Amino acid sequence: MKASEYLKILDGEFGVSGNESGIRKCITKLFSDFCEEVYTDTLGNVIGIKKGTNPSAPSLMIEGHMDELGFMVSDITDNGSIRFVPIGGFDPKILQGIEVTVWGKEKLLGVIGATPPHLLSGNSKVPKISDLCIDLGMSKEKAESLVSIGDIVTINTFFTPLMGDMVAARCIDDRGGVAIVLKALEILSAFELENDIIAVATVQEEVGLRGAKTAAAHIKPGCAIAIDVCHGTSPGVSEDAFPCGKGPVITVGPNLHRKMTQKIIELAKRDGIDLQLEVCRGDTGTDAWEIQVSGAGVPTALLSVPLRYMHSNYEVCDTNDLESAAKLISTFAVQLKEGECLCW
Amino acid sequence: MLVKELVSLNAPSGFEDEVRDFIKDKITADEIYTDSIGNLICRKKGNGKKVMVCAHMDEVGFIITQVTDVGFLRFETLGGIDTSVLSSKKVLIGKDRIPGIIGAKAIHLQSADEANAPIKKKDLYIDIGAKNKEEAEKLVSMGDYATFDGEYTAFGENMIKAKALDDRTGCAIMMELMKDEYESDMYFVFSVQEEVGLRGANVAAHNINPDIALVIEGTTCSDVHGSKPHNTVTTSGGGAVMTAVDMAAISDKKYFDFITKIAVENNIKLQIKRTTAGGTDAGAIQRSNSGVKTAVLAVPCKYIHSGVSVMNYSDFEAVYELSKAVLKNIERSGL
Repeated sequence: MKASEYLKILDGEFGVSGNESGIRKCITKLFSDFCEEVYTDTLGNVIGIKKGTNPSAPSLMIEGHMDELGFMVSDITDNGSIRFVPIGGFDPKILQGIEVTVWGKEKLLGVIGATPPHLLSGNSKVPKISDLCIDLGMSKEKAESLVSIGDIVTINTFFTPLMGDMVAARCIDDRGGVAIVLKALEILSAFELENDIIAVATVQEEVGLRGAKTAAAHIKPGCAIAIDVCHGTSPGVSEDAFPCGKGPVITVGPNLHRKMTQKIIELAKRDGIDLQLEVCRGDTGTDAWEIQVSGAGVPTALLSVPLRYMHSNYEVCDTNDLESAAKLISTFAVQLKEGECLCW
Repeated sequence: MLVKELVSLNAPSGFEDEVRDFIKDKITADEIYTDSIGNLICRKKGNGKKVMVCAHMDEVGFIITQVTDVGFLRFETLGGIDTSVLSSKKVLIGKDRIPGIIGAKAIHLQSADEANAPIKKKDLYIDIGAKNKEEAEKLVSMGDYATFDGEYTAFGENMIKAKALDDRTGCAIMMELMKDEYESDMYFVFSVQEEVGLRGANVAAHNINPDIALVIEGTTCSDVHGSKPHNTVTTSGGGAVMTAVDMAAISDKKYFDFITKIAVENNIKLQIKRTTAGGTDAGAIQRSNSGVKTAVLAVPCKYIHSGVSVMNYSDFEAVYELSKAVLKNIERSGL
C-alpha cells in the first residue's frame, strides 16, 4: 500500500510518550508482515528483523519514533474539570477550543474550552497550560469514579486528506517516519539482501530520545537511518523550513556520517529522487543524536519529511515526500553490501 | 427535536441556505415565505395578538477574502470569533465542504515575543494543500464561506458537544413549537445574519410589525473552573436563561415578570443572565417600527462561538417547555 495509507492506519492509533501500547500493538502487527522476527524491548521499542544472507555484512537500522505528544491528568477540580500537564512540547495557544480523549477507566470525551469573546478584556493574554481545564461534562464525583491522577489524555484529530497528495494528521511527527519504514520494508520484501534490515519504531523520542538510546545499545547496528520531520514552509515560515512536495530532506553536519550521507545524496541524484539539503551544526534534535554515539558508535544518516505546523493539532505534509524517502532508503539498502560508504 | 441534524448543516451569516432549505422541507404553516434578506417566515393564523417568535439560522463562521499566489486562503470571520484561538483548527469550505487547516506556526520557530502574545489575525491562513493559486481555485473562490468542523456528540452527564448550538438550539425549539396550536397570530421567524448585527430580524420585524416578540437563543455560559459565580454569566444545568439586560435590549419588565410567573407555575427551572454582555435579535425587534415588547429565553452554551460548544440537554428542554408555556398563555399576560 501507499505510504499515505500506512500513515492513515498509524495516525488512527494512540500512543503518548511512555504510554505507547495502542500504537505499539498496531506496529508489531504491521512489521510482522515483512520481518521474520518481531519483538518488543524493555522500554517498549518495537524491533523487526528482515534477515540478510551475509552475516558479516553490516546491518542497517531504519527507524522512526512511534510516540506522540499528549497530557497527563494532574487534578480533578471541584466542578469536575480536569487539570493537566503536557508530555512533550506544546504551544498552549493551539489548545483552546479542542476535543480530547481522557483515557480513564473508560475512554471519555473532553473539551478544552475557550473564553467567550464577549467576556474577553481588551488585552487577551496567552493562557498557560496550567490555566486550562478539560470539561468532561460531569460532576466531581462522577469524574473521580472514572479518572485518576496520572491518566493519559490525547488530542482528537484525525487523518484528513487535503488537495492532491497533501494530508493533515495529528502526529505525522513521527508516524510519518514509521510509515516510511513500513513502505521501505514493503519495497525491500521483493529483494534478497546481503544485509540484515532492522526496522525499529522507537518510544519516548519526544521526551529525550530515550527509546533510540536503548534500542541502538542492544541492536548494535552496522549503520542507521533515522527518519523524522523538519519544518515545512507556509505563509510566515520560510527560514529553517523546506517546501512540502519537493522531496524529503537529508541533513549534513557533525551528527551525521559524511560518506554515508553523500552516498544517499548520490543515489537520489542517480535515480531522480527528489531530495532537499539541510545543514545542522550540532544536535539534530532527533533519534540520530543518540544513535550515533551508541555503544561502539553507529554511522548514522537522517532523513526528514517537511512538515507544516509541527506539534499542533493538525500537522500537514505532502505524502509524495514519504514515498520518495521510502524509495531512497530501499535503494540505499539494496546497494549497501559490504558497507564501503561507512568507512572514513 | 432536530438539533443534531441542524448543527450538522453549515450555514454562517449570509449563507443560511442549508438550514433554510432543511427547515422549509419539514415544517407546515398557513403561510411560508422567504423575505428579501433571506429570513424564513412561517405564519400560523390566529385571532389574538400578533406574536413574533424568532431564532437565527446563522452560525459564526468565515469568509474567504483572498486566494494567495502560493495557494493559501486569507479569510475574515463572520460574526464574533476570538481569532487568537483559531490556530490549528479544521474548517470546511463551501457546500462541498472542502477541508482546510488554519495552520499554526510551530512552537519551535516562535520567538519569545511570539510565544507570549496571542496570534494576530493577519498571521492566520487556511491551508487546503494547494500548490498555487490556480490549483486552489479549482476548488475554492474568494467569497466562499467556511465553518468549524465539529460533530454532535453526547457525553458526560446529559451533555452535548457540537458546533453552532448558538442558535440551532433556537431553530430546533421553534420547529417543535410550530407543531402546536396557539390563540395568537403567530409569526415564527427563522432569521438570518444575527451574528453580523441582528440584520435579518431588523427586516422581519419591520415587515411583520408584531405586538410582542419572543427570541430563542443560545447564550454564554462561562461556568468553568475558576470563574466566580457572578462572572459565570449562566450556569450549565441551571435551566432556561432569561435575559434582563444585555447590550442590545432591556427586557420589558411586565413581560419579564410574566415569564417568571409561568416558569414557577409550570415548575420549569429558570435562571437570569448575570452579565450584560452580548446581544440578540431582541435588540433589533424591540426598536422596530414604534416599538415591540420583547423577551429572550436562551440555552446556556459553554465555549459559545467555538467549534466545541457544550450544553446541558436538560437546559435545552427547559427552554422549549418554558417557551411553549409562555406562548400558550400570552393572551392572558396583560401585555
